[in-house]
Amino acid sequence: MSNDFFSMRGIVKQYDMGGEISTILKGIDLDIEEGQFLSVLGPSGSGKSTLMNIIGCLDTPTSGTYMLHGRMIRDLDQKQLARIRSREIGFIFQQFQLLPRLDALKNVELPLVYAGVPPRERTRRAEEMLVRVGLQDRMHHHQNQLSGGQQQRVAIARALATNPTLLLADEPTGALDQRTGEQVMELFQELNAEGRTIIMITHDLKIARHGTRIVNILDGELSEGVSAYD
Amino acid sequence: MIKRKWDMFMESVSMSVSNIVGSKMRSFLTTLGIIIGVAAIIALMTVVQGATDTMNAQFDAMGLGTLRIQINGTAIKRGLTDAELAELEACEHVAAVSPSLNTTVSASRGEAWSDAISVNGNDAVYFEHNADLLARGRAIHAIDVEQELRVCLVDGGTSKTLFYGEDPVGQTLYLDGREYTVVGTIDEDEDASLFSQILFGGSTDGTVYVPYTSAKKLMGTSTVSTLEVYVTDPDLTDTAIEEMETVLDGLFNYKDNTYTIINMESMTDAMNLMTSMMMSLLVGIASIALVVGGIGIMNMMLVTVTERTTEIGLRKALGAEPGQIQMQFLIEAIILSLLGGVIGVIVGLTVSYLICLNTDITFSFNTFAVVLGVSFSAAVGIIFGWAPARKASNLNPIDALRSM
Ligand SMILES: Nc1ncnc2c1ncn2[C@@H]1O[C@H](COP(=O)(O)OP(=O)(O)OP(=O)(O)O)[C@@H](O)[C@H]1O
Ligand SMILES: [Mg+2]
Repeated sequence: MSNDFFSMRGIVKQYDMGGEISTILKGIDLDIEEGQFLSVLGPSGSGKSTLMNIIGCLDTPTSGTYMLHGRMIRDLDQKQLARIRSREIGFIFQQFQLLPRLDALKNVELPLVYAGVPPRERTRRAEEMLVRVGLQDRMHHHQNQLSGGQQQRVAIARALATNPTLLLADEPTGALDQRTGEQVMELFQELNAEGRTIIMITHDLKIARHGTRIVNILDGELSEGVSAYD
Repeated sequence: MIKRKWDMFMESVSMSVSNIVGSKMRSFLTTLGIIIGVAAIIALMTVVQGATDTMNAQFDAMGLGTLRIQINGTAIKRGLTDAELAELEACEHVAAVSPSLNTTVSASRGEAWSDAISVNGNDAVYFEHNADLLARGRAIHAIDVEQELRVCLVDGGTSKTLFYGEDPVGQTLYLDGREYTVVGTIDEDEDASLFSQILFGGSTDGTVYVPYTSAKKLMGTSTVSTLEVYVTDPDLTDTAIEEMETVLDGLFNYKDNTYTIINMESMTDAMNLMTSMMMSLLVGIASIALVVGGIGIMNMMLVTVTERTTEIGLRKALGAEPGQIQMQFLIEAIILSLLGGVIGVIVGLTVSYLICLNTDITFSFNTFAVVLGVSFSAAVGIIFGWAPARKASNLNPIDALRSM
């Protein structure tokens, strides 16, 4: 089975560690339907982030094919990849990756700059996103003036700013307490209900269950369901 | 589309400015090379240009179609007698000959005293050709020369030294013990003393103009060794020179090196050639500072790219195109070096203004030098910012993101 929206076939990722080749992803096949909310479960070091980076067009697989929105990612040049990252994908990084020199608002505006949104509209949309994640009173705080959970929510707001069709989240609740974590999951379900496709990495089964589908990565291999945790 | 490019450009500018302002000290030190290079170029060009202009004005003041004859003479014949001057004046293309003597004497008036007053001995013809020289009173007339009258004109320096706070005209003064009556004053601006200073060096408290016949007495000589010649037609200057050479060769028995005829016009040309050569040389040397400054910018930008690897990776992950990243870093390099260029222009103009203030060189705002300095610094930014910007744009987003 293959589909036009999202299809991976035989994705392999290897690193050359000084002559010794280590294989992190061992031939991953994955198809995702538009509108799915996919949870990716797996223990630390299993290759979740590595896979996510390939999905987000930040990294290239050693071999295998990846088709997104009917385009073969392998065949695209840097500029085309930048366009996809800018217009179609929202990425929430595991370590938030906020720019310390910019305040929360400017951080959220950043992807809008590259999407070519005019300055006034940029600020309006960034404010809207920050309100949505409950940070209306933290807009001009810098990274070092925000708690871990608040930073995470800024990162979420930033990923949502360009209104992407595909939202990638690498441990979006990793730094949050249970209650805030639940709030973020509610937000994700809301976004999913709006028709957005979501891929979320987590190692917490309870969080994973918020998705409409769960896959499991173990030692670089992907399997459907939560078998490893049962 | 253009609007979007402009927004993007302004965004890059504001990001660059915040980066530069964010590390003021480092930015300043980085641009120091550019500042010094541009300041040196501006100052050199302004001062040399000013000096050339001043000198040219002096030469021009001597007039087109004016020749200067310098007699070196021989052991037995040191200069020209009045009869021999008349012989030169008789040449077909010579309008007039005006002897000129120069010496330094001591001057006094009552209590006031100076041991270094420059005395110029001239005749009426000289003042006719240099009418601007006279400020007040009267010039030296033919009768003064004929009768060796002890009359004189004084300049500002002499007035200040001997007639402080008084009107010198009508008063008397003593030159080497001889009494002279002041009949007029000299206009400072038209005074050729700067020219004399450049040529002969040294400086005196002031200058006094007397009839040349009277100056001969002061100097204890009966001949003249410097004279100015006015030709009938500036286009026929060369003919006039030939005619005078015939006369002078006859007077000095065809001996070599007994006299020199200086054509002011050709001297101006030679001078201009010399100063423009000097100027290119100096600007060339100053440009080395600019290259060094450029390397400083490049170094800073390379460090910046390394420091901001994560940031670059993140920007790319958020959708920045390689071209946009490259533009941002290029703009930062250009702003940095333009900043140095502008500061350099200000420093250079200030320095050259101060130099001109303390010399007789007239300061004039050299637009060409300013344009050159600013565009040079912008060019340095582009050339030396290119490689680091390229490096930044080629970073792989994931490698960049992971490097934190
Ligand atoms: N650039 C690299 N060079 C060599 N090995 C790497 C590189 N990047 C990742 N790895 C290795 O790949 C493996 C998987 O890393 P990855 O970040 O995908 O793990 P993860 O599943 O996201 O773990 P966690 O839950 O702790 O975030 C790790 O063993 C890591 O050491
Ligand atoms: Mg990870």
